[in-house]
Amino acid sequence: MKKIILVFLLYIFSLGIVPAEPIRLATTTSTENSGLLKVLIPHFEKQTGNVVHVLSVGTGHALRLGQDGNVDVVLVHAPKAELRFVDAGYGVNRRSVMVNDFVIVGPENDPATIRGENDAVRTLQKIALGKHIFVSRGDDSGTHKKELFLWKKAKLKPKISWYREVGQGMGRVLQIASELDAYTISDRGTWLVMRSKLSLKLLAEGDPELHNPYSIIAVNPARYPGINYLGAMSLIAWLTSVEGQNHIRNFRLEGQPLFTPTAVKN
Amino acid sequence: MNGLLLTTQQALQLLLSGDAELWSIVLLSFSVSLKAILLTTPLALLVAFALNHVNFPGRRIILAFFNSLLSVPTVVIGLFLYVLLTRQGPFGNLRLLFTQSAIVIGQMILCFPVLVALGYAAIQASDRRVWETARTLGAPTWFSILTVFYEVRFGLLAAVLTGFGRIISEVGISMMVGGNIMGYTRNITTAIALETSKGEFAQGIALGMVLLSLAFLLTAFLSYIQGKKEFTT
Repeated sequence: MKKIILVFLLYIFSLGIVPAEPIRLATTTSTENSGLLKVLIPHFEKQTGNVVHVLSVGTGHALRLGQDGNVDVVLVHAPKAELRFVDAGYGVNRRSVMVNDFVIVGPENDPATIRGENDAVRTLQKIALGKHIFVSRGDDSGTHKKELFLWKKAKLKPKISWYREVGQGMGRVLQIASELDAYTISDRGTWLVMRSKLSLKLLAEGDPELHNPYSIIAVNPARYPGINYLGAMSLIAWLTSVEGQNHIRNFRLEGQPLFTPTAVKN
Repeated sequence: MNGLLLTTQQALQLLLSGDAELWSIVLLSFSVSLKAILLTTPLALLVAFALNHVNFPGRRIILAFFNSLLSVPTVVIGLFLYVLLTRQGPFGNLRLLFTQSAIVIGQMILCFPVLVALGYAAIQASDRRVWETARTLGAPTWFSILTVFYEVRFGLLAAVLTGFGRIISEVGISMMVGGNIMGYTRNITTAIALETSKGEFAQGIALGMVLLSLAFLLTAFLSYIQGKKEFTT
């Protein structure tokens, strides 16, 4: 019996050998799906010799991974939750990295007549008033938090009869909205990637409330001594450097610039 | 219908053109699941043998336990392992969460009961005299065990292939404790989930085809071997 346990332990430990300490980055599906990270990370890896492991999840999930010390650094977009994360001592050295925006999309025939609307609150009120189907992320992501904030601002409580909370990523939600001829709110990046596969149209945009700022935060090394804090800081330094910011500015999706860098002032 | 044909066509093109990203995902899937099955097989078969040949109290209960484990959902194993491996969990300091090793361990847990239950059935079907003869002829224990294994090699092979089929097609464990990290823990099934969420159905279907052809090959291989066995005995 002892031998069996010993052999089993040997199995486990032989599995645990990892060559170089990677930087674990938890980030949102929007940065991964838009292809931004596929452009940025290789530049960073080449310049610094680090290896980055990207976990793309919702913002809420990413912050939770940071809180538990399961990743070294998070790149997320939910300012209020980020501040709480830092205040609670889970994260340090929060830097803003870039900004893009949310858009409200819906079916071509637009039964709620929101086309051309530039007031997000009024848009949602119209959708709710007409009881038009609205698909919600429902996954505690940055987009979901923004959507809930807008409902609150519009003084509305979504009703189950027209409100579909699906608990999935942005790409899936856009597909579901497309299948149901429903409205939804999306980050512009995922919308641009997906739009050719959808029967939805961009209907409302441009409200300052729809701004979508991204920040990067290192996980507090005092809470988790073994964490790759230096790696996390080097990623933060690079993303907020003139060079990293230029890569963000030059990133194009279907010919359109997508993110505006915000870390360094010219 | 037209869309289905088109995506299938694109999928085939992706496969045949040797799309590097696609094939690296396939390779990763195989290397991880092969590791898991190779590490599990010896121990699981020994347990199956012990359950057959050693009479101890609680033997029936243990057997029933393994049989019931056959239908444990993979997400439950994934969740269980996540809680163990998270930084604040009991094994957090091993830093295994979101590594290939975590997937290997999870898949080992998943295929262990499959190997024990099917291995047990195979060994039970063997002639008990094989063991007795080997022992009376003075063979050491380990050699006698191997002799029994050799006698029921077809049944054991079926058990191993079934176990392999189970783990290479699971998604719950890989997603939860692997994290679907590109180039590191993204395997066939988590990639299918991701590509589907992005609306890239062609890539998803291409990967699905790899899994389907694997299932077909395994089954064909098994029935070929079993057919051969019937022919010789």
